[in-house]
Amino acid sequence: MNDSIFTRDRLINLALIITTMWFIWFAQHFFDEYTIRIMNNVAIFIILAVSYNLINGITGQFSLEPNGFIAIGAYVTAILTVDADGMLYQYDIEDPYPWVLALQANFGWALFFSGTISALLALSLAFPVFRVRGDYLAIVTLGFGFIIRILAINSPEITNGSLGINDIPEASNLYWTGGLAICAVLAILNIIYSKYGRAMKAVRDDEDAATAMGINTFKIKTMAFTTSAFFEGVGGGLLAALLTSISPDLFTFFLTFQLLIIIVLGGLGSTTGAILGTIFVMAGLEYMRFLDEPMNLLGFETDAMPGMRMVVFSLILIFVMLFAREGLMGKKELKDLFKKKKANK
Amino acid sequence: MDILTFMQQMVNGFSLGSMYALIAIGYTMVYGVLRLINFAHGDIMMVGAFLGYTFMAVFDLSFPVTVLLSVMLCALMGMLMDKIAYKPLREAPKISLLITAIGISFFLENAFTVFAGGTPKPFPVPEYMEKIFDVSGVIFSVASIMVPIVTLILLLGILYVLYRTKYGMAIRALSFDIKTVNLMGIDANKIIALVFGLGSALAAVGGLFWAVNYPSVEPMMGVLVGLKAFAAAVVGGIGSVSGAVIGGFIIGFTEVVVIAFWPEMGGYKDAFAFVFLILVLLFKPTGIMGEDLEKGRF
Repeated sequence: MNDSIFTRDRLINLALIITTMWFIWFAQHFFDEYTIRIMNNVAIFIILAVSYNLINGITGQFSLEPNGFIAIGAYVTAILTVDADGMLYQYDIEDPYPWVLALQANFGWALFFSGTISALLALSLAFPVFRVRGDYLAIVTLGFGFIIRILAINSPEITNGSLGINDIPEASNLYWTGGLAICAVLAILNIIYSKYGRAMKAVRDDEDAATAMGINTFKIKTMAFTTSAFFEGVGGGLLAALLTSISPDLFTFFLTFQLLIIIVLGGLGSTTGAILGTIFVMAGLEYMRFLDEPMNLLGFETDAMPGMRMVVFSLILIFVMLFAREGLMGKKELKDLFKKKKANK
Repeated sequence: MDILTFMQQMVNGFSLGSMYALIAIGYTMVYGVLRLINFAHGDIMMVGAFLGYTFMAVFDLSFPVTVLLSVMLCALMGMLMDKIAYKPLREAPKISLLITAIGISFFLENAFTVFAGGTPKPFPVPEYMEKIFDVSGVIFSVASIMVPIVTLILLLGILYVLYRTKYGMAIRALSFDIKTVNLMGIDANKIIALVFGLGSALAAVGGLFWAVNYPSVEPMMGVLVGLKAFAAAVVGGIGSVSGAVIGGFIIGFTEVVVIAFWPEMGGYKDAFAFVFLILVLLFKPTGIMGEDLEKGRF
């Protein structure tokens, strides 16, 4: 290896980060509102997809819970940033608890608490969740995600029940979403390339063998689960501040399904794949809007068909699973692509 | 709570539990042979109910004919689903199967939303099903008696097929080892298709009963019921058909009884099944009737 601190990989990374930062600055100043909104969405979903990929793709634990953690993050940010007057005005079902009114924080701290509370919840859920494996784990996490939503509906003193929280200050801009997306990607890549990341991959490939090699698989799985919950919470907070109104209906299994398509399309286990998958799926959802609207097919007028996009997306998911199980990137990262080219020469 | 209310709740619980049981049998049989949680199973139940609605409201057929047609079509659909989506993935990692199953589930839900509309449609319940008996204060409808009876008959039928026929023997053999079964000269894929067919047929019956009891059909009706039925299958011991029925009754009774005793818990109704599921997985992962996970099922 090169002893200099400027190795080739590091220079490429640095160049990528600086380009992305410049692009964010450029976009914030020169792009129109619609494009910026989509870019905000893409940045938030990059955070969500990359962290979801950490538990699903890298560690191989098929969690279906991100909607729960995103909901927690979104509600924490909403409660911390909406002021007391706004809450008293909105909470129609029950009066909010005094502590709900008293808790206030600026946006940065709110995001931090969103992540921390999600992570703490993940930490405590890890004990029941990781007693089971494989498809049972999928169902248990699905159940917890569902229970979190039911709790949100049934505690109107905290969450305003099914009405949700409105008039959340619109604090998300490209600096926040893009900046945090860069941070999340870097943090998760650093975890993946650390000894913990290698242990996570070992757990994915063969859990029994990993145990035999002296890896504390429970600890490793919990670490991946908690980290991914932290970033999902932060992403949820950003989402709340972007949409400015949230309700339990936003955090159904559908959200998890979207993330699942993203990481499967990108390639389970590849961070680069998760980012590419996010861009493809989010762009696809925007461009395929026409599918939901009335169409003129060879003289036939069809009615508006809300849901057509999702039919297409579920077909894509099935298709990818049947014919291209590796997705776009497989388990490879961007720098592995460079390496391969070099080897071929 | 007086005895009358109690009896009334028992009747309701029986009826609800039977419907969960019918759907849970399909989950448990597919899991038994393929170790796959068929996420789309709840949506097959929805398709069954929708077919019933189409035959009765649009084609104006009688209820028994409707049941026959929907059950047959759903069984075919189950086999088709296996052939198109699951068969190519027999050798793939189990997670790929699970993702495909989730994909199919979403496909069915959204396809029906697009082509049939997302709003609930009233199910035309035949009049004789709605007839009400009053036995010293406890109120029965014909449907609420018919559902548990039909469930029990179907359970006996399935048990007969499993333990008294050659096909049943092949299904039980599959749950031990697919490769060996192939070597014994049995076409494993045919038997797996049969399992999907049987499970989907029962799900269709469950869906039709659901539509009769809560007289409306909508594309998302199968999601929650499916998940609860899966919880029932796990509680009863996944892989065991009689376990699935017991699990279904437990979940059904819990929902009905808890709400009857503590009406303020009504908002949490849908969470009970999951709480049960998580507790069972934590303390007795094999469920009530289940055997060791590594041994054969049924």
